[in-house]
Amino acid sequence: MNKDEHENTESEEIHRRLRESDRANLTTDPPTMGAWERVKLARHPDRPYTLDYVDMIFEGFEEIHGDRRFADDPAVVTGLAKFHGQPCVVAGHQKGRTTKERQQRNFGMAKPEGYRKALRVMKIAEKFSRPVFTFIDTTGAYPGIDAEERGQAEAIAYNLREMAKLRVPVIVTVTGEGGSGGALALGVGDQILMLENSIYSVISPEGCASILWRDATHAQQAAEALKLTAQDLLQFGLIDTIVPEPEGGAHSDPREMGDVLGAYLSDALAAAAALGDKERVERRYEKFRVMGEFEELSE
Amino acid sequence: MSWFKRKEGPNPLDDSGERTVRTEGLFVKCPGCDQTLFRREIEDNLNVCPKCGHHQRLRGRERLDMTFDDGAWIELDRGLISNDPLGFADTKSYRDRLKDMRIRTGMLDAIVTGEGRVGGLPTVICSMELSFVGGSLGSVVGEKITRAIERCLRTHSSFIIFSASGGARMQEGALSLMQMAKISAALARLDEARLPFISVLTDPTTGGVTASFAMLGDFNIAEPQAQIGFAGPRVIEQTIRQKLPEGFQRSEFLLEHGMLDAVVERKQLRDFIIHSLEFMVGNGKKSG
Ligand SMILES: [Zn+2]
Repeated sequence: MNKDEHENTESEEIHRRLRESDRANLTTDPPTMGAWERVKLARHPDRPYTLDYVDMIFEGFEEIHGDRRFADDPAVVTGLAKFHGQPCVVAGHQKGRTTKERQQRNFGMAKPEGYRKALRVMKIAEKFSRPVFTFIDTTGAYPGIDAEERGQAEAIAYNLREMAKLRVPVIVTVTGEGGSGGALALGVGDQILMLENSIYSVISPEGCASILWRDATHAQQAAEALKLTAQDLLQFGLIDTIVPEPEGGAHSDPREMGDVLGAYLSDALAAAAALGDKERVERRYEKFRVMGEFEELSE
Repeated sequence: MSWFKRKEGPNPLDDSGERTVRTEGLFVKCPGCDQTLFRREIEDNLNVCPKCGHHQRLRGRERLDMTFDDGAWIELDRGLISNDPLGFADTKSYRDRLKDMRIRTGMLDAIVTGEGRVGGLPTVICSMELSFVGGSLGSVVGEKITRAIERCLRTHSSFIIFSASGGARMQEGALSLMQMAKISAALARLDEARLPFISVLTDPTTGGVTASFAMLGDFNIAEPQAQIGFAGPRVIEQTIRQKLPEGFQRSEFLLEHGMLDAVVERKQLRDFIIHSLEFMVGNGKKSG
């Protein structure tokens, strides 16, 4: 079996199980709009993806491929674009729409080369003083042998450190699933936005349930317990802004969603661009520096 | 605050079960070679099996005792404590879990940080405590590491982290996740200040800890046979539906794939650290 066939088999398997869990979700619908409702909306198969927003909000998109080290990862798209006429860089996870595209994009689960490509393009933006827009929508970084061999952990870690240093404005939007380190690897910025029905979590509800409840069917409980909604993240001071979605969710009116997000991105960029480079980097540091909740006992 | 005082907690090995069988008293069974040995024999050898070289897991504090000159160090930020920001409960409440962990380990959270000298050079060391909620990274661990890095920046000290962790702490949700970014941002400053950072990955170092500070050292080194990776082996097996190759995610595997600078045996660890610190900031004769 060659490498490509092997990877397709993996993807099909994942896809099959994703569909199974979708079916499971339908039968366990909670009566009120809880965290689990948001999880389902965040994962909705018709939800707009990064390239949809690029299409609706940006002009003149030119995709840039590859990490110049190993490969081009289709689970992350990066490119040059214009935002209200101003040159900028876009980087985001890309889930597939059709079965074939889902497999080709590995369901938006990036490998190290995806994160390295994104950082490479962000550094080009920095070199030419252009702002960066990132879009987060991933179940998580790809858990596979090849990803581990090529340093999945190192790729994510390096992005976290280097994004903290970027001198240009970095605007982050969580559009769907903000799945753990694989999401955060595109998530260090000056303004952090979350769509109203997106989620951002340290672990998937299923993963959390299978570890702490020792049973993945407790995913709904885990979703509530993890406090992973945009409203929760805002309350903990981990994001700046919630972007409202159309009635029924982003997929019910993508065009409206694009217009609304475009307006919010415009404000976010204006806020970040108003600062000098040095102050911007300093404030980005302070933004993350104060994240966390604890008490300090006096001795 | 008498409960705050350090107690001799159990060895982290007792907690994890699978990798070591401990018997009470004079003898221990080595999980590496299955031989029964005098406890003293292993303890006098830095808890490395003298027969097969198996490196047993250590308590967080033991790393500081072993690494600082004369085993002398002052603890930093010891009063930080989690306040259960999510009100988290699974089969057990996080509050109760924390209470149990504090009693069992004699620690307030999964890390100890200290200041002293290594090879005569001012150094701050963080060492993770695997027996406290799996050595997981939550707000307290994130804050203590970040403060330690900021202390290095103020005092021009070198920085060392001994990692031993299952990853980010689920019970603090996205707050835990963001500690990865917070610490990495602080490490960006340490990097720009050209102060040394040595990351020592010990068994096991996985998840969000590997995917943040543990992989950001000027030198990333590991003890032999340590399990190191991003995704857990079970998650990978379930995803790809196949058995993992022998030695997958062990130190030697990462070394072979270019992800570690060196695999260093415990008895050589302090020398390796001192040599690399001397290279980076020592007062030795510099050329040019
Ligand atoms: Zn042995």
